[in-house]
Amino acid sequence: MQNSSPVADDRHHKLAPQRVLVSRKNAGRALVVLASAGFLLVLLIQILHSIGATTAGYTDWRPVLYAYLVWAIAFGIGQVMVRGERGQRALFLFPAVLFTVAVVIFPTLFGIYIASLDWNLSSFEGPHFNGLNNLIGLFHDDYYWNALRNMIFYTLAVLGEYAIAFGLALLLNAEIRARRMFRVVFLLPLMLSPVAVSWMIGKSLMEYRFGPAATLARDLGWDNPAFFAFPWVARLSIEAMDAWVSIPFIMIMLLAGLQAMPKEVLEAAKVDGASGWQSFWHVTFPLMLPVSVTVLIIRIIFKLKLADIVINVTAGGPGGATDTVSSFIYRVYRDRSNVGYGTALAMFYLLMIIAFLTVLLRLSKRWTQKVA
Amino acid sequence: MAIFTSASQPVRRHHAASRATRTLSRLLIYGALLFWAFVCLFPIYWTVTTSFKSALDVTQGHLIPWLDFQPDWKGWRSIGLSPDSILGTSTARAELVSRFENSIITSLGASVLALVLGSLAAYGLSRFRYKFGWMRNDDILFFFMSQLILPPVVLALPFLVLYKALALLDTRFGLILLYTLTVLPIVIWIMRDQFNSIPVELDEAAFVDGLSIWGAFIRIVLPLAVPGMVAAFILSLVLCWNEYFFAALLTSTDAKTLPVMVASQTGSQGINWWSMAALSTAAIAPLVIVGILLERYIVSGLTTGAGK
Repeated sequence: MQNSSPVADDRHHKLAPQRVLVSRKNAGRALVVLASAGFLLVLLIQILHSIGATTAGYTDWRPVLYAYLVWAIAFGIGQVMVRGERGQRALFLFPAVLFTVAVVIFPTLFGIYIASLDWNLSSFEGPHFNGLNNLIGLFHDDYYWNALRNMIFYTLAVLGEYAIAFGLALLLNAEIRARRMFRVVFLLPLMLSPVAVSWMIGKSLMEYRFGPAATLARDLGWDNPAFFAFPWVARLSIEAMDAWVSIPFIMIMLLAGLQAMPKEVLEAAKVDGASGWQSFWHVTFPLMLPVSVTVLIIRIIFKLKLADIVINVTAGGPGGATDTVSSFIYRVYRDRSNVGYGTALAMFYLLMIIAFLTVLLRLSKRWTQKVA
Repeated sequence: MAIFTSASQPVRRHHAASRATRTLSRLLIYGALLFWAFVCLFPIYWTVTTSFKSALDVTQGHLIPWLDFQPDWKGWRSIGLSPDSILGTSTARAELVSRFENSIITSLGASVLALVLGSLAAYGLSRFRYKFGWMRNDDILFFFMSQLILPPVVLALPFLVLYKALALLDTRFGLILLYTLTVLPIVIWIMRDQFNSIPVELDEAAFVDGLSIWGAFIRIVLPLAVPGMVAAFILSLVLCWNEYFFAALLTSTDAKTLPVMVASQTGSQGINWWSMAALSTAAIAPLVIVGILLERYIVSGLTTGAGK
C-alpha cells in the first residue's frame, strides 16, 4: 500500500477556461439548498417522531436513506451546474466518497456512542448511558486480554506462512513443467470459503475418531490425536487452517515479485560463483524485501480480522485458547446480547490496530528504504 | 559412484557430478511441488468423495472410490440433488437453492456496485488533481484504502442497530451495501493502477475530437480498462461469496447466504457427514470452477502493485 507513487503532474488535464452562466449557477445553488433543506426536514420529522414529539412520521428510518440518496443526486447535479467542468471532475469521486461516508464514518461515530452505553438486548430496560464503565470493565476482562494475546500469536504466525509461501513461490519460479497447472492448484485454497474450510478440514479431516488427519497422526505414533483439546495444539491447528487458506495469496504476490526481478542480477551472482543459497540470501531476498514487506502488512491486516474459522471450528475453546478478538466479541454479542460492551471492546481493538499499524508502516518504510 | 571410477578424467567427473546434483534438485523440486499440490487438493478430494460415502465407509476411513468403497448418492440425496430425487420435491434443496440465490444476488450486486463506484473514483484519482480542504489525491486514496483495516466487528454492531432502524435487517440490499464497502478499497486500488497504465494522451485526443470529460471516459478509456475491471470484479465476487461474519449477524431467515447455511449445519449435533460433505461441495464448487477457469484474472487482480 505504501507503494502508491505520487501521481505525476503531467497526468492531470489542464482546466479549460469555461464560463458558467450566472443564472445556471444560481439555479444550481438553489437546487443544492433545496435538496439539503428537504433532507434535513425528513431527518427532523423522523427524529421528532422517534422521540415521540409528533405523531407524523414513518414507521422506520428507511425514508431518511432515500432522502440521503436524493440529496446526493441533487448535490452532484448542483456541483456540475455551479462549478462547470470542475464539477464534472468532482463527480467522479463523489459517489464513492458519499457512499463511504454514509456507511463507514457515520456507523463508526454511532459505534463510539453505542460503546458508551449499558445496553443489553436481552434485558428489558433499554440502553442507558454509563460513561466509561465499559472501558473500565474491559480492563478487568481476562478473556479479552487472552484473546489479544492469541492475536499476537496469530500475527507472528504470519512469518511462518510467509516462509512457506516464499518457498512455494521459488518453486513455481524455477524451470518446471506444467507451471500453470501447479499455479492453479496452489491457488485453489484461496477460493474456498473459510466456513466450508472449517468443516472440510477442522470438523472432518481433523475429526478425532475417523478423520484421515487423525488416523495419520495415530500411525505416526501420536496416541491421542485430539487437534482441538489442548490449548497449544488447538491454536496451531486453527493457524494451520488459516495458513492453508491464505498462503496462496502471499505466494502469488511473491511470485509476481520474483518474475519482475531483473534476470541479470542473478546471472551476475552465478558468474561470481555464488551458490544457490548465497544468491538467494544476498541477492533474491534483499531485492524482494519491498514486495515482502507489502504483502506481510496486507496479510497482517487480514489476519487481525480472523474470525470465521475460529467461530465455526472451536468457538474459541478450549477455554478461550483459540479465541481471536473478533470471535470473542462475536460471542459477547451472540450469546450475551451485550451490544454496548461488545462495541466498546471492538472500538478499543480498532484503536490498538490503528496504533500497531501506524508503527508497523513507519518501521517498514525504513526497512524498505535501506535496501532501495 | 561415478566419482571413484572416473577419477582420472576430471572433466567428465565434473559433468557427471553436476548432472547428478541437477537430477537430484529436479527430483526435490518436483517432490515438493507434488507434495504441496497434494496438501491443496486432498481436503477438496476428501470432501467430494465423502459426499458419496455411507456411514460405514466414513468410519473405516475408506478413501478411493470403487476400489475402497462403492460410491452412492447418499449425501446428494439428502439435499435433494441426486439423480433419483432431483425431480421430486425436497425442502433441503429448496433451502439450498434460496441460499444460493441470496449468495449470487448479494455478491453480484455488491461487485457491480463496487465496480461502478470504484472505477469512477479510481479514474478521477488517476487523472485529475483534487483538493478537499487539506486532502489531496494521495490523502483521498489513503482514506479509501484505510477502510481495509476496519475489522468487521467494529462495524457489525452499529450496523445491526442501524439496519434495524432502517428496516434493512435480513435483506439482500443491506448485505449488498456492506459488501460493497468491504471490496471498494480493493476495486479502487486495482482500477487506479489500470487507469494509470492507459496513456493520458488518449483522453486528450478525445477532448480534441470534442468529447466531454465523461464522454472520453465512457467511450475511450473504459473499453481499454476492461482487463482490470474483470480482475477487480472476479476478486470482489470471490470475497463477497465467502463472506460470513456480517451475514451471520445481519441475516436470519430471508437473506441468509450460503456460508451461513453451511455454518448452521455444522453446528448441529451428530453431523451427517455425507450431507455436510455434499453441502460443502455445492458451496465451494462455483468458486473452484471460477478459480480454475479465471485464474489469470485473479492473479492479475491480486498482484496489482506488487513488483513495482
